Amino acid sequence: MLQATVTGHIGSLQIDASLVAHGGTLVLVGPNGAGKTTLLLMLLGARRPEAGRITLGETVLLDSTSGVDVPIEERRLGYVPQDYALFPHLTVLENVEFARSNEGQPRRARARQLVDEFGLGPLANRRTTELSGGEKQKVALARALAAEPRALLLDEPLAALDAATRRDVRSFLCDYLAKLDLPSVLVTHDPADALAFGARIGVMEGGRVIQSGTWEELRARPASPFVEQFVSSGAR
Amino acid sequence: MSARARVRAHAYLVLVFAGGVLALFLLAPVVGLVAATSPADFWSGLHHPLVWPALRLSLLTTTVSLLVVVGLGTPLAWALARSTGRVARAVEVVVQLPAVIPPAVAGVALLLTFGRRGLFAGWLYPQGWSVTFTTAAVILAEIFVSAPYFVQAATDAFRRVDQSCVVVARTLGAFPLRVFWQIELPLAVSGLVAGAAMSWARSLGEFGATLMFAGNASGKTQTLPLAIYMAFESDLRAAQALSLVLIAVAFGVLLAARATLARGARARVAR
Amino acid sequence: MTRPMQRRAFASLVAGALGAGLALLASCQGSGSEPAPAAARETQLVVFAATSLRDAFTAMVAVFEKAHPGVRVTLNFAGTQEIRTQLEQGAVADVFASADERHMKALQDANRVEQPEIFAENEAVLVVSSERAESVRSLADLPSAARIVLGAPEVPIGRYALQILDRASAKGGADFRARVEARVVSRELNVRQVLAKVSLGEADAGIVYRSDVASAGTQYAVVTIPADVNVIARYPIAQVKAGRSPSLGREWVTLVGSEQGRAILRGCGFMAPPRAQATP
Repeated sequence: MLQATVTGHIGSLQIDASLVAHGGTLVLVGPNGAGKTTLLLMLLGARRPEAGRITLGETVLLDSTSGVDVPIEERRLGYVPQDYALFPHLTVLENVEFARSNEGQPRRARARQLVDEFGLGPLANRRTTELSGGEKQKVALARALAAEPRALLLDEPLAALDAATRRDVRSFLCDYLAKLDLPSVLVTHDPADALAFGARIGVMEGGRVIQSGTWEELRARPASPFVEQFVSSGAR
Repeated sequence: MSARARVRAHAYLVLVFAGGVLALFLLAPVVGLVAATSPADFWSGLHHPLVWPALRLSLLTTTVSLLVVVGLGTPLAWALARSTGRVARAVEVVVQLPAVIPPAVAGVALLLTFGRRGLFAGWLYPQGWSVTFTTAAVILAEIFVSAPYFVQAATDAFRRVDQSCVVVARTLGAFPLRVFWQIELPLAVSGLVAGAAMSWARSLGEFGATLMFAGNASGKTQTLPLAIYMAFESDLRAAQALSLVLIAVAFGVLLAARATLARGARARVAR
Repeated sequence: MTRPMQRRAFASLVAGALGAGLALLASCQGSGSEPAPAAARETQLVVFAATSLRDAFTAMVAVFEKAHPGVRVTLNFAGTQEIRTQLEQGAVADVFASADERHMKALQDANRVEQPEIFAENEAVLVVSSERAESVRSLADLPSAARIVLGAPEVPIGRYALQILDRASAKGGADFRARVEARVVSRELNVRQVLAKVSLGEADAGIVYRSDVASAGTQYAVVTIPADVNVIARYPIAQVKAGRSPSLGREWVTLVGSEQGRAILRGCGFMAPPRAQATP
């Protein structure tokens, strides 16, 4: 279970947010500029909040009162950024293998297994710059999973894909995340994603998580015009 | 032709005109030098006694200064690219200074700082000694004038590295040093090589600061540009031949650097 | 890109290059092919002179311009050998004053100058940095200096220095020149740089002209070189044939040879030449 309470600011945006991701996916939605990506970066440790506490299961990742701040490379959080950030100078397989085991060995076996599982086998030795959007997405996810993270953070994983690919990848991702049973936070602006992925949805606006609950709860009592509009634009 | 197409055509002609004139101007003196030197003159110029000691010395000193500039400049550039504070910006400006100081002024400044009566003389040297007139002084002068070119190019190259890649690499458990070697450096390498080539070319052609600070002694401090100036005093044709040698060496090395970069890029795409 | 556009682009490129080239040529030609102005219209005097004459000739400019109102004198100081090269390549000047007879003779043979005459003499001296002034008190002490700076052999003062060393070797101690050269750390490209290095304390000793030490500061000591080994440099001056103000040039040469000119030269450390002597 991933639990976080952070305050901080980025530019003129004040972030003051709390979220909890049990096993299963928490979908984080909100308008542009709400601070969703920044919150993810704070969870990862790439941005330092001014104050807060982040725990993952029993482990404390950040606690500003006691001065604990685990560095990014030790937090064991998987990250799939919005533009996938594949390493352009490495092949698909090298990307997925990038994580190292505790002894410093590339996780070759695990990487190979994931590549095959995601159907990327024929592409293993290709440069990542030659892949399609859907393929890149899978490589980014495989790469994050090869590190055996204890939680997964995905930032708009489907936004860059065309409609058809999006449907395919959404269903693939949905099944896979359900099978994984890792606490996950998935940022999206698409109500269809919220419906597909999340039992729980968190709404972020102006740096705060203004509402958190199931789709039904959000529809029954929307906390803001954005929420209202969001749930009404998704089909059910 | 439609009005828009006409405007586009005119704009294109202006571009070609301006670019062509500049390119020809830059090429013309080299062409003039080649044309003015007969093969016989060139051959006898090559056998001028100043040539080989000067060429050897130039290649030695520029290689050492390049290694120092790249070795110390790369971490500096990385730090400057990653920092946002005022101190970092100030350091960036300071690093640019040698590029705007006239070389002779740089030479005098080096002399006044590292010479026998210089600012640091008491702390750096035993009584009566200084680094002036040594090959090390040549290297120091070359480092001083050429470092800005590398550091600026390298800083820009590191800035252009996608920070998301850096964050992802760290989430995968890579410590910052490994991220630097395996992610940032490979992604910035073309900018670094281009900066290194510029820096090397600048130190190969360095004259004023070397003359002031290191002096002019064959085999020890007389680099190829100094040898050319010396030959100019006695025999213009020897100076012409030596100049062609310098241009050929510089051109050759720069071409080789570009070719290796291009080959590396092609290999990455083709694999 | 369409073919007509390609052709026009190429034509534009060639036109631009030609235009620039022609403009440059025209400006050169134009200035060179003017008819020589009558003496009354000469207002510019161009004098090329060896670096060691800087102070003396600058003082003479004030005198000359006062005597010739409306005339502007332009001085160009450089190493004698540089000036010779410039003149051989067709640079335009009215007068050339050289620190060296050989370079002047070469220009005479190439028919670039009129008959030269000797206008001054300059003797070489030893300069020693203040730190070493106690230990180097005569030419014989020179090998004990840790760092010696001389002019490069291509420069007149450098050649004279080697002659002095050879003469000293002939007189007493055949290895004198070798011992001194073992301590030479740099051969500078003009005489003022030799003096600068000694006066900054970077070099312990160097050989320069007496006229140079008359002008600089007090950071060094001057040691006279014995007359039997010393070299006296003879300075010839001549009018340059390509000059555009020949009568002004003649007047400058006259000023240099006049009592006033000689007084200025003496004040700068030069010696008067033997009376009425022209180079053979």
